[in-house]
Amino acid sequence: MAALLIEGSNGPWEIVIGLEVHAQVISRAKLFSGAATAFGADPNTQVSFVDAAMPGMLPVINRICVEQAVKTGVALDARINLTSVFDRKNYFYPDLPAGYQISQYQQPIVGRGTVTIDLKDGSSRTIGITRLHLEQDAGKSLHDIAPHASHVDLNRAGVALMEIVSEPDLRSPEEAGAYLKKVRSILRYIGTCDGNMEEGSLRCDANVSVRRPGDPLGTRCEIKNVNSIRFVQKAIEYEANRQVDILEGGGAIAQETRLFDSAKGETRTMRSKEEAHDYRYFPDPDLLPLVLDPAWVDQVRGSLPELPDPKKARFIADYGLSPYDAGVLVAEQASADYFEAVAKGRDAKAASNWITVELFGALNRLGLDIDRSPVSAAALGGLLDLMTDGTISGRLAKDVFAAMVESGKDAMTVVEEKGLRQVTDASAIETAVETIMAAEAAKVAEYRSGKDKLFGYFVGQVMRAMGGKANPQALNELLKRKLAG
Amino acid sequence: MFLDKTTVAKIARLARVRIPEADRDRIAGELSNILAFVEQLKEVDTKGVAPMTSVVAVSLKQRDDTVTVIGDRDGILANAPQMEHGFFVVPKVIE
Amino acid sequence: MASLTTLSIAGARDGLRAREFSALELTQAHLAAMAGARRLNAYITETPEHAISQAAESDARLARGEARPLEGIPLGIKDLFCTKGVLTTAGSHILDGFHPPYESTVTANLWRDGAVMLGKTNMDEFAMGSSNITSYYGPALSPWRRPGSAADLVPGGSSGGSAAAVAAGLCLGATGTDTGGSIRQPASFCGIVGLKPTYGRCSRLGIVAFASSLDQAGPLARNVRDCAILLRSMAGHDPLDSTSVDRPVPDYEAMMGRGAKGLRIGVPKQYRVDGMPSEIETLWRQGIDWLKAAGATVRDIDLPHTKYALPTYYIVAPAEASSNLARYDGVRYGLRVPGASIDEMYELTRAAGFGAEVKRRVMIGTYVLSAGYYDAYYLKAQQVRSLIARDFATAFESVDLVLAPTAPSAAFAIGEKMDDPIAMYLNDVFTVPANLAGLPAISVPAGLSADGLPLGLQLIGRAFEEDMVLAAAKTIEDAAGFSHGPGGAR
Repeated sequence: MAALLIEGSNGPWEIVIGLEVHAQVISRAKLFSGAATAFGADPNTQVSFVDAAMPGMLPVINRICVEQAVKTGVALDARINLTSVFDRKNYFYPDLPAGYQISQYQQPIVGRGTVTIDLKDGSSRTIGITRLHLEQDAGKSLHDIAPHASHVDLNRAGVALMEIVSEPDLRSPEEAGAYLKKVRSILRYIGTCDGNMEEGSLRCDANVSVRRPGDPLGTRCEIKNVNSIRFVQKAIEYEANRQVDILEGGGAIAQETRLFDSAKGETRTMRSKEEAHDYRYFPDPDLLPLVLDPAWVDQVRGSLPELPDPKKARFIADYGLSPYDAGVLVAEQASADYFEAVAKGRDAKAASNWITVELFGALNRLGLDIDRSPVSAAALGGLLDLMTDGTISGRLAKDVFAAMVESGKDAMTVVEEKGLRQVTDASAIETAVETIMAAEAAKVAEYRSGKDKLFGYFVGQVMRAMGGKANPQALNELLKRKLAG
Repeated sequence: MFLDKTTVAKIARLARVRIPEADRDRIAGELSNILAFVEQLKEVDTKGVAPMTSVVAVSLKQRDDTVTVIGDRDGILANAPQMEHGFFVVPKVIE
Repeated sequence: MASLTTLSIAGARDGLRAREFSALELTQAHLAAMAGARRLNAYITETPEHAISQAAESDARLARGEARPLEGIPLGIKDLFCTKGVLTTAGSHILDGFHPPYESTVTANLWRDGAVMLGKTNMDEFAMGSSNITSYYGPALSPWRRPGSAADLVPGGSSGGSAAAVAAGLCLGATGTDTGGSIRQPASFCGIVGLKPTYGRCSRLGIVAFASSLDQAGPLARNVRDCAILLRSMAGHDPLDSTSVDRPVPDYEAMMGRGAKGLRIGVPKQYRVDGMPSEIETLWRQGIDWLKAAGATVRDIDLPHTKYALPTYYIVAPAEASSNLARYDGVRYGLRVPGASIDEMYELTRAAGFGAEVKRRVMIGTYVLSAGYYDAYYLKAQQVRSLIARDFATAFESVDLVLAPTAPSAAFAIGEKMDDPIAMYLNDVFTVPANLAGLPAISVPAGLSADGLPLGLQLIGRAFEEDMVLAAAKTIEDAAGFSHGPGGAR
């Protein structure tokens, strides 16, 4: 049960959330011009006359952006609209050069779809997608260069965005986070958006309302442009509690647009319903309706890679993984691929454990993506093999892995360099056991008089004497026999 | 009158054209006359008629995803009333 | 060399190739004529240096025997076409000092074919007007006067400067744009030929937009052949205009000679509007007779939604304009009036930069698109527009061309009809339908009004049948033998 109920003074409140995700489309050129889309260029160096809305300039649509939207629609199990229309959304803002944004209003390219979200308790929920449409991004206004002026950079103006709108199906900050993670995962799988929230290529607006369970939807507030999953969750939590406080105090929620202040952890009014823009949408007369060939849509459909959900099901069925581990591994295409490379011909559960615990722990510490892991899938596989064939013990394997992370070397090299090869030679172990027993005669006597618990002590002593390299099984057997006298 | 001076003020604000208070009545009259003139469209039965969406019967052409524009910052900024450090400069925008 | 300014384009082309005169002489004759006719205010910007350098290049090419189709032909360019490095104003204060860093496709096509730019012609602000009085740079005047009267007449609009320049011998031909009649009506007022091509025939790229679904560039010239010559160079597919059509451009000049034999001409009864002067009715009848005499058949046709064309136009055009003109905000080019806040800067800039008619249309357009009114106005208008287009489609099943007057009157004097925007809008009653339906249409001078002013007849054709429109226009031109010029017979 992922729905989070807020306990009010007269019973619980339910949170209702719908998310609007703005995902920057991966393309070389902009949605309607031939200017580049690369992030981080000098101001106004990636601007065409079209992007700057110079008089007489006209838009021509980029076919790859259309394809990316269709791909995304297919991946969201959504209806692809064979005819869609581009509209102008009119408003004045200095980083909106034409005074209108080309967007899609009444006839978007993608209609209803679904996303399945995975929750911490291992359960899943299906969240409805209302629509996905293509639109232009705006430029960037910088307000901190000078005290009395704003500075406008149009590099981002005209870059293609997909706006993905969910139904108000989410019921808690946790679900909102899971939804964003899943949508981001899908976008990355199919290569339509890099999902980078820090660079702004994935942005999120949240529509939040509260109600008594079973009641109709309450009045919602829209929280704009929250730039991390954690902030989205915090903003929703703050906003839901704010609304409950108002309602319990006998007040009413005013429909408005709010901004999240991440420093204070609060939302505040940006504009009220009365100040809401009148966007005067109408079909862009510079463009004709976009008509897709159904055969082409089928071709796009056929070109998609295996998506996270089917992959997860396959990992559970074929590798015997727990739903949780499978979910963790498929979240990123790269980690799923990594897992499959390690698991091939090996113990899949062991592979999964090593990746989700040791590898992810190390990457997390180093702040690295799996693509840049110092330990390749082949190297981790090699480590597992050394355990399987008894070259090293499981205990030593963790040290070897740490050294691999540190040095980027493969497992065998580390083992050889550090002389960590496991000792299985019975005579070497026997010598060590005898040495310890001779030095600890008193404890041996105690043991023999019935203090069984001392067995672990002897194991530890011998291991320490042998630098941890003794084969644990051989050591156990030998020690037991010797102590028995 | 199809619209009054309050509506004129509202439209002027939406269109970002300042209309002095003194002119609003006159403009309300002019705009009302035009609206009265176009009002005759109400006579036309348009039930089931699709609105015209394209004047020419062709499909929307699509461009290849190639970068064809070499960043010409000087050309982009050449006509700007105010610019600085490669940016367009405008009065401070407060959110 | 005054005679050089009365040549036709075809005549000048022949004379240049025969080396009877040089391109430089031809250009200089026009520059001199322009200097002598500044009273007409036909040009906003004269570009003599540009013209002379292009003419010199033309002479070099002519000498090498490498003449291009329009080699050395001096033209006026409506100041709505962006011309690289040359002030482009759209007749508006708001584009103060704007020097485009690019060239419109249509003008680029003309320079590719060897034409010479004399300057940028005057026009109604943002092409909104029918008399050229809304220009920030002052009205252009018609070179015509009523015999015995000193009253200055309007040249029509919005391509008024182009029409006046062509009629007055200040260029051999000119470009115009036609959103609701802005080529045809001034052509009719000034006694010249003006052609609005099919929507999509000429690229709109680099033409300052007024109403995107209606705007179309076309030629103004002193005869039908010259329009055919100019159109061939101006037209063509442009991959940078999504509404430009990819069809081959025919040799209109060659096809023009087919005459009117066998053509089926439709005469729409709905164009007989109340209060239309009888001389227009008479001229229309005359046109019917001329075409019949040339072997065409003529029949009455129905265009039942004609009366709704103007109200439809006065919703669609302002709506599109209100959005197209939002980019004039004082940020990237043109006028800026300082303000304490960004919104104040916008409001002051746009209040100072736009004239009264532009503001009126921007406001109407904003209103009809605003929340709660979209369906009643804009959507309704686009539905009626479908019906108007359907009327033409039905008519063109049984006829090849539609014949009608171009305008409900001859040119009027500066000061007349100026107070009432609606009275001014009625000028476009016969021209607007072809824009709404995207069809090619021409105005050809056919006679004089009782007070001695030119009157045009209009032919409307099927989409992309400019060749047939030109052929029938040539028939009328030949039959009418219109040889009047503003200074008497040419």
